Amino acid sequence: MINLETPKRFRGLVEQAHGIAVNVFRPISRKYDLAEHEYPKELDLLAAIIDGVNDGGGAASASQLQKDDKSSSEEASGSATKNGGNLATVLSMMELCWGDVGLALTIPRQGLGNAAVAAVGTPEQKAKYGKRWISMAITEPNAGSDSAAIRTSARLEGDEWVLNGEKIFVTAGARSDAVVVWATLDASLGRSAIKSFLVPKGSPGLKVARLDHKLGIRASDTATLLLEDCRVPKENILGSAEIDTSKSFAGAMKTFDNTRPVVAAMACGVARAAVERAREILEQAQAVRGNNRSPWLGSHAEAELCRLEAEVDVARLLTLKSAWMADNRVPNSVEASMAKAKAGRVCTEVTLRCVELCGAAAYAETDLLEKWARDAKILDIFEGTQQIQLLVVARRLLGKSSGELR
Amino acid sequence: MTKRRGFSLEQLAGAPLRALTRLSGSDLAERLHLRDPARKILYHGARVGTQAIKAGVGAVNKRAASDPTRLSSSKGSGKFDLTPTDDQTMMRDSMRRFAGEVLQTAARAADDAASPADDVLEQAHGLGLAALAVPEALGGVGSERSSVTQAIIAEELSRGDMGLALAILAPVAVVHAIVEWGTGAQQEALLPQFLGDHFTGAALALLEPRPLFDPMTPRTGAVRDAKSGGWALWGEKSLVPLASRAQTFLVAAEVKGVGVRLFVVERDTPGLSVVPEPSMGLRGAGLGHLRFEGARVSDDALLGGPGADNAFDVGVLVDRSRIAWGALAVGTSQSVLDYVVPYVNSRIAFGEPISNRQSVAFMVADIAIEVEGMRLLVHRAASLVEQGKPATRAASLARQQCASKAMKIGSDGVQLLGGHGFIKEHPVERWYRNLRAVGIFEGGVFA
Repeated sequence: MINLETPKRFRGLVEQAHGIAVNVFRPISRKYDLAEHEYPKELDLLAAIIDGVNDGGGAASASQLQKDDKSSSEEASGSATKNGGNLATVLSMMELCWGDVGLALTIPRQGLGNAAVAAVGTPEQKAKYGKRWISMAITEPNAGSDSAAIRTSARLEGDEWVLNGEKIFVTAGARSDAVVVWATLDASLGRSAIKSFLVPKGSPGLKVARLDHKLGIRASDTATLLLEDCRVPKENILGSAEIDTSKSFAGAMKTFDNTRPVVAAMACGVARAAVERAREILEQAQAVRGNNRSPWLGSHAEAELCRLEAEVDVARLLTLKSAWMADNRVPNSVEASMAKAKAGRVCTEVTLRCVELCGAAAYAETDLLEKWARDAKILDIFEGTQQIQLLVVARRLLGKSSGELR
Repeated sequence: MTKRRGFSLEQLAGAPLRALTRLSGSDLAERLHLRDPARKILYHGARVGTQAIKAGVGAVNKRAASDPTRLSSSKGSGKFDLTPTDDQTMMRDSMRRFAGEVLQTAARAADDAASPADDVLEQAHGLGLAALAVPEALGGVGSERSSVTQAIIAEELSRGDMGLALAILAPVAVVHAIVEWGTGAQQEALLPQFLGDHFTGAALALLEPRPLFDPMTPRTGAVRDAKSGGWALWGEKSLVPLASRAQTFLVAAEVKGVGVRLFVVERDTPGLSVVPEPSMGLRGAGLGHLRFEGARVSDDALLGGPGADNAFDVGVLVDRSRIAWGALAVGTSQSVLDYVVPYVNSRIAFGEPISNRQSVAFMVADIAIEVEGMRLLVHRAASLVEQGKPATRAASLARQQCASKAMKIGSDGVQLLGGHGFIKEHPVERWYRNLRAVGIFEGGVFA
């Protein structure tokens, strides 16, 4: 039965996340935007709480969800729809990022690398690294969206992998305990030779070369890593060491089906924060009357605000849909890209427009609107740019290969 | 005809069952694979009949004439779910076939004639859409409020042609309003005509020809007529579907000191003039203009009655009408997408399909993203209505988004075909014209 409201069982979770956003993130939001590269120590306590609830990775309170799933599937004999960890994750991420996306990106032990280990790690890897903070290193100076073009190399020497290369834009690259590094076993074999490796901090040859100064999400550190004959044990490869050219890039890219809805959720959270704040400011200024049915009878600002609110809701529903599909094991790569494309561009447009609608006070650092407009831009870039998402959607719709539609 | 305890099903369940029985045996039903839904509705009809036997024949009529019968809200599962029910899937498939085989074929002629063809309306009547909207106790097959199903129906019919879909759904909207707000006596007097063997035209008239029209404050007014004890209507309504053949209009008018009310106005009422109003698009709906110059109707023409217990809320009418308009927008926008994909893949320019170019391919991807976004907004608003929850904001968001994105899709559809899109050899120019209606219309359809 079609229903697009927040499921009853996640209402507590959403409230909890909203509480964190209001009570933990918002009060320190401006502080760490101004104090770039300073570690937000207030998050240590939060991470400890999440660890306690989590007990094993994945979505917040995932263990509780698994318990719930078991009982509800027993009740419903398997045919009922499932509201699981993917939906829970995007719903709580929307709330956290309504608070502050930069801080949400730097919650200890909630890195992208953690998701990768949880998804494809061996039991030994999960046991050893599950409780640590793991970042993900993909991008290189000459390989961004074209991640098949990475040149960081890995070669096996005895019982060790030897890694060489330069990784940039590594989120939490300095703060994390370990890094999942994408490297190629043979650059001439293209995508199928790309593997990922768990590289703990302190490994010989691994160096954090510098931290970037950024447009937004300044609370989150973005690092450049150098790997110079960096050595890790043989068992630190994630997944198989075999080069299977028939499988192409699918395995590596599959992670994105689960992570793109999460980034889309971040964008939804920031965008909602902006329209809510803009409505508040405009109502205080008596520039909008709140007539839902006929915004055109009010000011231009009111009509524009309503338009933005509709866009934000579309982004939200597309994101929930892609996560719901993942929970129900329906292939969702097109929907995940649709959600990411829509949410990414909506977030940027909405936050910038809200600054424009609210004027000087919103442009000044006295309000968070200007910050959200800066934070927004990265959400249309990382985890696949707007253009990459459109390529994914268009190729599927039109039945094109990556050679035909480039 | 099946006989049971001396009664024929025909006598018991009456006209809708008769129409459906005929449909289930017809070639059309066979061709459109409508047999299963028809059987299902037959089953419902039979169930009503059997219940009537158990309760003693005439139980249906035992209700006090003043007690109206309403559809109940449905109880949600509390889960986020995009899975249609089996009934909805069946309905969607049937409507899609009907749209593909009947409406798409008839669309061009109806557009040229600025009128729907009689046989198209008769065939559509056989789909039993009016019966779905009427509670079992009143001779229909409905049980719960089914706004999501209504949205699915509107979307699918609109994939055939938005104008014809509007014509087909116009009387269904009137039926919905009577079920939702009519008195018991009005329900019994007005509903049976829509459950008969033949298509009966009717339309819900809300829109007026003013810039920035606010549906909450129509200028059409109803004043007490001291002489007759009834009402006199003054004002005008614009772009009313099926105006050429509707026997009954449900007209929104302001009653001073009371608010907006709906009035049942027969087309031959003195003081009402009806003229065709052919427009940019939606021509297949047979649009017309109504002018009320002291048109006199009786006291019981006021839907829901003159008492304080009249539950009519123009806001709810506006919201639910807008949800249905959103669904119509989604259907035609989906048609644009389905049409441009094979076109851009087969159209060769500079030695390769134009879809190999990002400027073309990304336009198609954006259409797909926005169609899905519109659909989700419409379904969300409809599901809230269905569950009896406040839906004004959701309906407004859906209307807002559909008004801007559907028109963009209509425009991009023509653009992708270039000069070919501008000529009537292809349907995209008609979709362009039809999609401009979204964001303008109020009333006419209902979800």
